[in-house]
Amino acid sequence: MKILQKKILTQTPDTRITQIEVAAPEIAVKVKAGQFVMVMVSEVGERIPLTVVASDRSKGTITLIFQEMGLTTKLLGRLDSGDSLYALTGPLGHATELKKYGKVILVGGGVGIAEIYPVAKGLKEAGNQVSTILGARNKSLLILEEELKSQSDDFYIVTDDGSSGKKGFTTDILRELLGGGKFDLVYAVGPIPMMAKVSGITKASGVKTIVSLNALMVDATGMCGCCRVSIGGELKFSCVDGPEFDAGLVDWEELTRRNQVYFEKEKHICKLNIK
Amino acid sequence: MKKVPQQARELDPDERTGGFSEVVATYTEEQAFLEASRCLQCKDPACISGCPVGIDIKKFIAQIVNKDYRGAYLTIREKNNFPSICGRVCPAEYQCRKTCVLTKKGEPFASALAINIHLLERFAGDYGMQECSQAQAVVSPAKKKIKVAVVGSGPAGLCCAGELAREGIKVTIFEGLHKPGGVLRYGIPPFRLPSETLDYEINSLRRMGVEIMSNSIIGRVRSIPELFKDGFAAVFLGLGAGTPSFLGIEGENLCNVYSANEFLTRVNLMSAHKFPQSHTPVNIGTEVIVVGGGNTAIDAARVALRLQKIEGITPNTTILYRRTEVEMPARRLEIKHAKEEGVKIRTLVKPTGFFGDQSGFIRKARCLECKLGEPDSSGRRRPVEIPGSDFELGVDQAIIAIGLKANEILTKVTPGIKMDKYGDVIVDPKTMQTSLDMVFAGGDIVGGEGTVIEAMGMAKRAAKAMIDSLLKK
Repeated sequence: MKILQKKILTQTPDTRITQIEVAAPEIAVKVKAGQFVMVMVSEVGERIPLTVVASDRSKGTITLIFQEMGLTTKLLGRLDSGDSLYALTGPLGHATELKKYGKVILVGGGVGIAEIYPVAKGLKEAGNQVSTILGARNKSLLILEEELKSQSDDFYIVTDDGSSGKKGFTTDILRELLGGGKFDLVYAVGPIPMMAKVSGITKASGVKTIVSLNALMVDATGMCGCCRVSIGGELKFSCVDGPEFDAGLVDWEELTRRNQVYFEKEKHICKLNIK
Repeated sequence: MKKVPQQARELDPDERTGGFSEVVATYTEEQAFLEASRCLQCKDPACISGCPVGIDIKKFIAQIVNKDYRGAYLTIREKNNFPSICGRVCPAEYQCRKTCVLTKKGEPFASALAINIHLLERFAGDYGMQECSQAQAVVSPAKKKIKVAVVGSGPAGLCCAGELAREGIKVTIFEGLHKPGGVLRYGIPPFRLPSETLDYEINSLRRMGVEIMSNSIIGRVRSIPELFKDGFAAVFLGLGAGTPSFLGIEGENLCNVYSANEFLTRVNLMSAHKFPQSHTPVNIGTEVIVVGGGNTAIDAARVALRLQKIEGITPNTTILYRRTEVEMPARRLEIKHAKEEGVKIRTLVKPTGFFGDQSGFIRKARCLECKLGEPDSSGRRRPVEIPGSDFELGVDQAIIAIGLKANEILTKVTPGIKMDKYGDVIVDPKTMQTSLDMVFAGGDIVGGEGTVIEAMGMAKRAAKAMIDSLLKK
């Protein structure tokens, strides 16, 4: 659980995205693309899920990427190489089904870009033709550009302000691509509004679309139901039934609301100067 | 002198609900003596048959009368490694106290005159905890270099580990969460089972040589075949009944609708009541309903009421149960405590839908009144809805405590293991062996939702069968 390497991928006055490589030999051997781990920074800390971005069996390490948003990710950001996590459990959730679909589009928004990296790699290896769309607010918030470019046959960048690539949203490019040809799979990870929008677009064109949901979790082993989501009207637990689901079946409004359930408490704890 | 049952000292209800301090105190020496002296020392004691692990109750009570507390402690430890836990959480009124000769035949639970066996057990256990931390039940010298893996550190897993360690077998417990104890940790609140007591009992296992690997989910980091490959000669599955059931009604995914498991885990395991010193949040409403009638429902209601008080909210927590109080599966003592503390119990009611505000938070519950009909398969009278009896309750938090199903995180990835339609593991009831060779199971993953001591009873049976076949080889 020791952090062996820490790298700040991007830093602006209001956003910081950090990559850590953590010693976790047992997890490194087992983890597959699409799976996550639960992390606790300290004994009094929260349990938060983080997707495993990469793993190195021979070194016995896994790589995690996180954006500092709430208290827990801020505290995680303060750890340095040599520090240890209090707890690390996994790998959890279902792995992505990596097979030959044909032509696939990967959409990554914000820190969600980190989560599509292992999937892109896996889908490329499985012989798919991979088109990747990355989106961020601006140029300085883009991560893993080179890494993802190397896994992609077609590669697109969009930023809200046009500081890198096209000005606009990932969904603009998605619409263009879908309008210009036949695709077999869309895989999207990013903020809920982006994934909901992707889902709306692909539903219309009938392309199979998978999203990886970021519901709140506590134990992440199916014991508490905190992460429950409605999928096609059925109750599912993101932790053990997901985190990937068919985008067209997700109740986005419900997920948005449930992820806001501790909004006031989060705001409060972030204001306190917790060391 | 007329001998009256000794009541354990209890915190004043108002004092209790201001925090999470333990409600019931351990007997004083004098109380223990007086209570133990009431025991008739039956020639053929019926109480022992009421104990799922067969503690020699008659003997340890006699030892207390003789002030041989260490002897009493060791007598219990012969059959049960966790007297301080069981003395606190066993539903004695349905078990040893019910079969005590002082309980009238045909009563649904023990009568008030029955010997308070659980309180005497707790007295002996706590004495042992204070006075004889070195006095372990005898650990046999390792007969062979045998390693056994125990999956899960709840009541069944801990008990099985203790039984095996006593025989000199090297045990490793694998626990998925970051702290061991299973339901004893995340489910039972500290005012019923203080974490120091739980820690003590778990540490006593460590002193017997048991190794505990937290953060280790078997089925994820290692499969059962891999455990065998790693040199474990047998595997015990104490996986528990970890998946919460929901009502399946409208509005159940609104914000501030919790499963009891989530609500209790946030508080008991993650210390959400200490937020923001603890970083895990939990919300608390001003009008809380808890749906269900078991111990979990009572625990959740009592925790909710405490959180309301801590937050300066006028306590307003109501248990909704579709049968009547007699049919509630909860311990009588806990029902009594809950009522004393101010938890309201509304029986013959079932919710049929939850309704929220614009931000998706629950604001209202629609309910139906019920009446009791014919007995169902559980022998309890079935609740029958009364048509047209709909009514609404203002509610800003709902906690669902209607039961748990098997957690399939391991069994789903274990080829060849036989399960029933509920996902419970099928075992040979004599040996607790599953359909897989040298893989045993016990506790709620086998029997559905049982008590702590029932889980321990199964674990003991499994341990015995494991020892028999391991030492034979």
